[in-house]
Amino acid sequence: MAEPRLIEISPVTRVEGHGKVTIHLNADNQVDEARLHIVEFRGFERFIRGRLLWEVPVIVQRLCGICPVSHHLAAAKAMDVICGVDALPPTAEKMRRLMHYGQVMQSHVLHFFHLAAPDLLFGFGAPAEKRNIFEVIKENPELGRRAIAMRKFGQDIIEATAGKKIHGTGAIPGGINRNLPIETRDRFLAVIDDMQVWAQDALALARGYTLEHDHLVAEFGSFPSNYMSIVREADGALDLYHGTMRALNSDGGTIFDKLDYTRYHEKLVEDVRSWSYMKFPFIKELGPEAGWYRVGPLARMNTASFIDTPLANAALDDLKAVTAGAPNNSTLANHWARMIEVLHCVEKIRDLLHDPDLQGTDLRATGVRREEGIGVIEAPRGNLIHHYKVDENDMVTYCNLIVSTTHNNEGMNRAVKDVAVKHLSGQERITEGMLNHIEVAIRAYDPCLSCATHALGQMPLQVEIFDAAGTLIDSRQQTSGQG
Amino acid sequence: MSLLLIGYGNAGRGDDGLGPAFAERMSNAGLNGCRIDIDYQLTVEHALQVAEAQTVVFVDAMIGGDTPYRFTQVQADTTADLASHSLQPEAVLTLADMLYGKTPDAYVLGIAGDSFGEVAEGLSATAHHNLGLAETFFFDWLATSHRHGNVSVSHA
Repeated sequence: MAEPRLIEISPVTRVEGHGKVTIHLNADNQVDEARLHIVEFRGFERFIRGRLLWEVPVIVQRLCGICPVSHHLAAAKAMDVICGVDALPPTAEKMRRLMHYGQVMQSHVLHFFHLAAPDLLFGFGAPAEKRNIFEVIKENPELGRRAIAMRKFGQDIIEATAGKKIHGTGAIPGGINRNLPIETRDRFLAVIDDMQVWAQDALALARGYTLEHDHLVAEFGSFPSNYMSIVREADGALDLYHGTMRALNSDGGTIFDKLDYTRYHEKLVEDVRSWSYMKFPFIKELGPEAGWYRVGPLARMNTASFIDTPLANAALDDLKAVTAGAPNNSTLANHWARMIEVLHCVEKIRDLLHDPDLQGTDLRATGVRREEGIGVIEAPRGNLIHHYKVDENDMVTYCNLIVSTTHNNEGMNRAVKDVAVKHLSGQERITEGMLNHIEVAIRAYDPCLSCATHALGQMPLQVEIFDAAGTLIDSRQQTSGQG
Repeated sequence: MSLLLIGYGNAGRGDDGLGPAFAERMSNAGLNGCRIDIDYQLTVEHALQVAEAQTVVFVDAMIGGDTPYRFTQVQADTTADLASHSLQPEAVLTLADMLYGKTPDAYVLGIAGDSFGEVAEGLSATAHHNLGLAETFFFDWLATSHRHGNVSVSHA
């Protein structure tokens, strides 16, 4: 039996919510197993059942403080179907799209500058006191100011379209409850050029990092997988708001395509494992071993045939050139993909702001009531599915949600194992810097661990290391409140 | 702007909604000269608002507190936890200082709750009680603090 060792361990930082990594070492100090455990708050479905369909798009925003707009829009899309609406008035769809692009932009910007930049700029193994946003700002304060200005721009778009910063009410079953006043439009147009330049600069930063560290990117948490997202039905273009489902294998071969997302349950199955609260979805026809898949920014770059905005499409071509058009399997390439999407969102926002439909007054459609509705969007972190059934009294009787982080569960676990084996196995002394490599792999997926409870004194994150006998030899947690 | 009050938390997580509940009460109280903001959590863009204020009060729920509420002064701290999209008050203050050269006086009002984690709306009886005590304290603090002479309560 291996002698227990004192190991310096850092927590899983800069991810959302409650997470724990366990690393099992064998007698030769080789990593036998490494797993990401997510302490998922259960009870979402119970919370929603019994609610009136009209209030669901608002209430679901309380599920998560990180991406409430994603839940707002996915629920609204599902309730459109229940209200018998298959096509929204142009003003309604474009206002929702504007809201969504604002959200994706601000989420990606925050992740890249605030959470990922310290690792990318200073190195994964740099001293912990160096790897934080304050050190980034010390070296480049303009970068910090730009990040905040871009984040605020996205938040202001959300407020203008959803009505409020939190618990927005903009999207309603069958439409939207407001249009965009001219003066608000002009306020956004006044700064859109800055946003585009800054998005291009951020893209250059992410691209440059990836290409300059090609050997690291190629081996770090890199492995083949299937990829899944919605894409535009007509031509397979990237579409973050609406489309049909497409899944490709690691060679780019089609597993399924043009799948109406209301049939998602015919293709996707959620596996359960004894050691995790979070389910492991897989593609039914391939089985759990071969059918797991990844979602998110890089998955979308892999599944999309092209991007319908010129600057982002050129950037996509650039990314695809690295792998000669084949799917990119590098976990770290998510950062590059994320910045391509920021540029795409800025281009889309500019186009929408010039569209007079945003000042239209036909805001809502009606139809013949249905009992069941499914809404799917591409949230910042990946595919998001909301599925509801409603009774004759408009009360929700069934609710099923598959969130992006659940889709990516297997992929994140494989990334953790890959990095742990490569960077921890056989090491006499495991340092904080080594363990940060594992956290970098997790952070590349920007997981939202479904929790916005952050009250003072809570301790959300933990890393545990076990020896060959299964004895816990080190554990460390962090406090989120008083640090 | 002289005083900024930010109440933050998730009202869908039981007593985690104490911060927003307090901010809503202050909003209804009609504090003249005080800007009130409600959010799920503190994030980087709050540094912009903080930089425009002379005094900032961060209001959050508190787990495991041995008093109904706790009011403490906080300062910028470059070692503050940066583990999430969500920031601590010290980190927001640091960003305001580093990016905009502003260092307002800042306080955290933590209000104790006892029901967290479950997806549920509404505050527990304990949280309701503590919310009232914190409100009384805060009005007293406003009334006695010379620093906030330009903040008045229209009706409490």
